[in-house]
Amino acid sequence: MIINQFLLLGAALFSLGVYGVLSRRNAVLVLLSVELMLAAVNINLVAFDRVNQDVMAGGQVFALFIIAVAAAEVGIGLAIVLLIFRTRRTANVDELDLMKL
Amino acid sequence: MTALFALAAPFLLAAEEGGHAVETVDGGFMAHWAWLIPVVPMVATFAIVLFGKRSPWKGWGMAWASMGFVAVYSVILFIMNLNDPIAYQGAVSIGEIGADGLGNIFGLEWGWMVDGLSIMMYLVVGVVGFLVFTYAKGYMEGDIRYTWFFASFALFGGGMLVLVSAPNLIQLIVGWELVGVASYLLIGHYWEDHDNSSAGIKAFLVNKVADVGLFIGAIIIGLSVGSFRFTDIMEVVSHGDTHSTLAQYSFWAGLAIFIGAMGKSAQFPLHVWLPDAMAGPTPVSALMHAATMVTAGVYLLGRLFPFFSTPGFADDVRWIIIIIGTLTLFLTGLIALVQDDIKKVLAYSTLSQLGYMVTAMGAGAYTAGLFHLFTHAFFKSLLFLCAGSVIHSVHSNNMSDMGGLRKHMPYTFWTFVIGSAALAGIVPLAGFWSKDEILAGIQYAGGNYTTVEGGAALANFVLVVAIGGAFITAFYMMRAVSLTFFGTYKGHGHPHESPKIMTYPLVALAFFSVVIGWINIPGVTEFHTKGVSALFYTITEHHATGINYGLALLGTLAAVGGVVIGYFLWFADKETQQERDRFRIPVLYPLLEHKYYIDDFYMDGIIRPIRGPVARGVDWFNGHVIDLVVNGAGFLATRLARLVYWFDQRGVDGAINASAAAAGGSGGLLRLLQTGRVQQYVFLIVTGVVVLVAGFIIF
Repeated sequence: MIINQFLLLGAALFSLGVYGVLSRRNAVLVLLSVELMLAAVNINLVAFDRVNQDVMAGGQVFALFIIAVAAAEVGIGLAIVLLIFRTRRTANVDELDLMKL
Repeated sequence: MTALFALAAPFLLAAEEGGHAVETVDGGFMAHWAWLIPVVPMVATFAIVLFGKRSPWKGWGMAWASMGFVAVYSVILFIMNLNDPIAYQGAVSIGEIGADGLGNIFGLEWGWMVDGLSIMMYLVVGVVGFLVFTYAKGYMEGDIRYTWFFASFALFGGGMLVLVSAPNLIQLIVGWELVGVASYLLIGHYWEDHDNSSAGIKAFLVNKVADVGLFIGAIIIGLSVGSFRFTDIMEVVSHGDTHSTLAQYSFWAGLAIFIGAMGKSAQFPLHVWLPDAMAGPTPVSALMHAATMVTAGVYLLGRLFPFFSTPGFADDVRWIIIIIGTLTLFLTGLIALVQDDIKKVLAYSTLSQLGYMVTAMGAGAYTAGLFHLFTHAFFKSLLFLCAGSVIHSVHSNNMSDMGGLRKHMPYTFWTFVIGSAALAGIVPLAGFWSKDEILAGIQYAGGNYTTVEGGAALANFVLVVAIGGAFITAFYMMRAVSLTFFGTYKGHGHPHESPKIMTYPLVALAFFSVVIGWINIPGVTEFHTKGVSALFYTITEHHATGINYGLALLGTLAAVGGVVIGYFLWFADKETQQERDRFRIPVLYPLLEHKYYIDDFYMDGIIRPIRGPVARGVDWFNGHVIDLVVNGAGFLATRLARLVYWFDQRGVDGAINASAAAAGGSGGLLRLLQTGRVQQYVFLIVTGVVVLVAGFIIF
C-alpha cells in the first residue's frame, strides 16, 4: 500500500487549517480551521495504522478519541465565541487582544 | 642642760646588767591549742559577715563571745606563764616560696608563738578587747552599720592576734596588713562624711609608706638568715658573729624594720594619721590606741629586741630609735595642750606615750617598754571609753561644749580621773610604775650606751626630755579633766550617765588601771619581768633590782607639778576657765595649733608637688598620646567607613541596580512580542516549528 497520497492529503488539509487559523478574522472560521487540522491528523493516524497493520488498531482508536475531543472542543469554543459576541458585539479576533497585559 | 644632768646624777643607782635566760617549759595542752586564739576571732568575722544580721544581737554576740574566749584563754596562759615560763611554737607548713635558681627556698609556715611576749599581747588584746567590745554594744546601739561594724571590729582584733602569734616575719606581715585594712574600715566607718573617709585613706597610706620599710627589712633579714623564723634569726644573732651576712646588712635592715614600726606605732614624723583616726567611732579609738594597731610597732621592736641590742648587729639603729621616740613623746605631748576635741587630746597623749615606749626600746629597756605598753593599754582604753561616754551624752567632741559633767556622770567622772592619774604617773597607779621603769632604763643607758659615740650624752638628754614629758602629760590631763568635768555646763540638752553596759567596762578598766602596775614593782614583784622574759632566746638588758627612789621622786614631782600648774590655770577659778584656756602664747600657740605644720608640709611639700606634675603629666599624656591614638583610630575608622560606603553604593548597589535595569530592559523588549493577538502567537509557533523542522532536515 502506498501511503504517500494519504500523507499528502493530510499535509494539504493541515496547511489549509494553518492558513485558515492564521488568516481568518472571524472566530468561528478559526475554529473550523482548527477542525481541519485535526481532521488532517486523523487521516495520518489511520493511514499509519493501516500501513503498520497494528492488531490493536491503535491509530484508529486514537482517531476516534480525537473526533470525540474535537466535538467537545468545538462545543466549548463556540460557546466562548457566542459569549464574547454577546458581550463585545463582535467576533473579530483582531479586536480580541485581552491577553495583552 | 648640764645643770639638769647634775640634778639627775646623784640619783644614779647601781644596776644589774645581764641576760636573764629563763628555763622554759613546753606549755602543754594550752600552748598546743593556742592557734585558736587568732583563729576564733577571724572565724567570728566571717560568721558575722555571713549570718550576722540574722543572729541574735545582730553580730555583736559573736564578736563579743570570740573576744571573751581570747580573754579567758589568755588569762589562763598568763597565769600558767607566771608559774612556769612557757616558750612554745607550733607551725603548719603551707608551702615554699623563693626561686631555686637564687639558691633561696623559704618554707612558708602558718604558726603560733606562745611565749612571754606573745602571751602578754594576747592578754592585752583579749582583756581590753573584751571590755571594749562589751562597751561598744551600748555605744553603737542604733548605728546603721551595726553588724558590719562588729565584723570589722572582730577582724581588727583577729588581725592583731595573727600579728602577735606570728612565729615568722611573713605571718607577722599578714597580721600587720589585716590590722591596717581593718583600721581603714573602722576609721572610715561614718564614711558619709568625706572627712572621715579621707582620714581612713590617710591612715592607710601613711601606714603603707612605712610598710615598705618593713617589707624591705623583712626581705633583707630573710635573705641573709635564710629563714623568716624569729627563732632562726635570733640563733644567728646569739652567735654574735659580726662577719655574718646578717650583721653586715643589719644597720639597713634594722632601720627599715624601724620605719615599719614608726608607721604602725605612729612615731614622728609618720604620726600624722593617728589624730585623724579619731574620726572613727570611739570604741575603735579605744581598741586602736590600747590593744591593737599602735602597739604593733613596739611589739615588733620587742620581738626583734636582741637584733637591736646585740653589738655588731642593728645596735647602731638604736640612737635613731631613741631620737625619734623622744621627739615623738615631747612634741606630740605639747600639741595635746591646745586641742579642744577631747578625743584628740587623748590621741596626742597616746602618741606621747608611744614615744616613751619606743624611747625605752631604743634605750635597751625591753621590760620597761613592754610594761608601759601593758599598763598604757588599760588606762588609755579607759580614758577613751570615758571620752566616748561623755560624747555619747553631750553629742559633741569638743570640750568647749562640756564642763560640769561631774554631777551628771559620776561613774564616767571617777573612772576618768583614775585613768588620768594613772596616765600622769601618780603613785601608786599603773602609769607611775611603768614610766618610772622607762626613766630608769634611760638613765642606765645614759651611763652605758657607749657603742655609739655620744650615745651616753644623748641618753642623758633624753632622760631630761622624758621627765619634761611627764610634766606635760600631767598638765594636759589636768586640763582635760577640768574642762570636761568641772566648771559650768556649756553644751545643749541634759547630759546623763551612760547605760550600765558602758559603765561596767569603765569600772573594770579603772580597777586594772589602779592595780596592774603592781605586778612589776622593782625589787618587790617581778611577775612582768619574768613573764616577758620567757622566750626561746635570751634578752640582754639592764634591769633595776630595786626602786630608784631619786628618779621616782623626780618623775612624781614632774607629774605633780603638771597637776598643780594645771590646777591654777584651769581649775582654781571655775568661772573663767574657758577664758584662761583661750590664753594664747604668741609663736608657740600657732605652731602647736598647726601641729608644727607637718600636715601642711606633707600636703604642700610632698603631695601637691607630686600630685601637680603627675596630674599635669597624666593630663598631657592623656591629651596628646591617648587622644592621638583615639582620634587617629577614629579618623581611620571614618575613612574606612567612607570607603565601605562608596563600595556599598557603587559596587553592591550598582550591581543590583544594573541587574535590575537589565532585567527591566529585556522585559521591555520581550513585552513587544506580547500583542495579545492569538493569531500572531500561532503564527510565531508555526514559524518556529517550520524553522526547527527545516533545521533538522537540513542539518
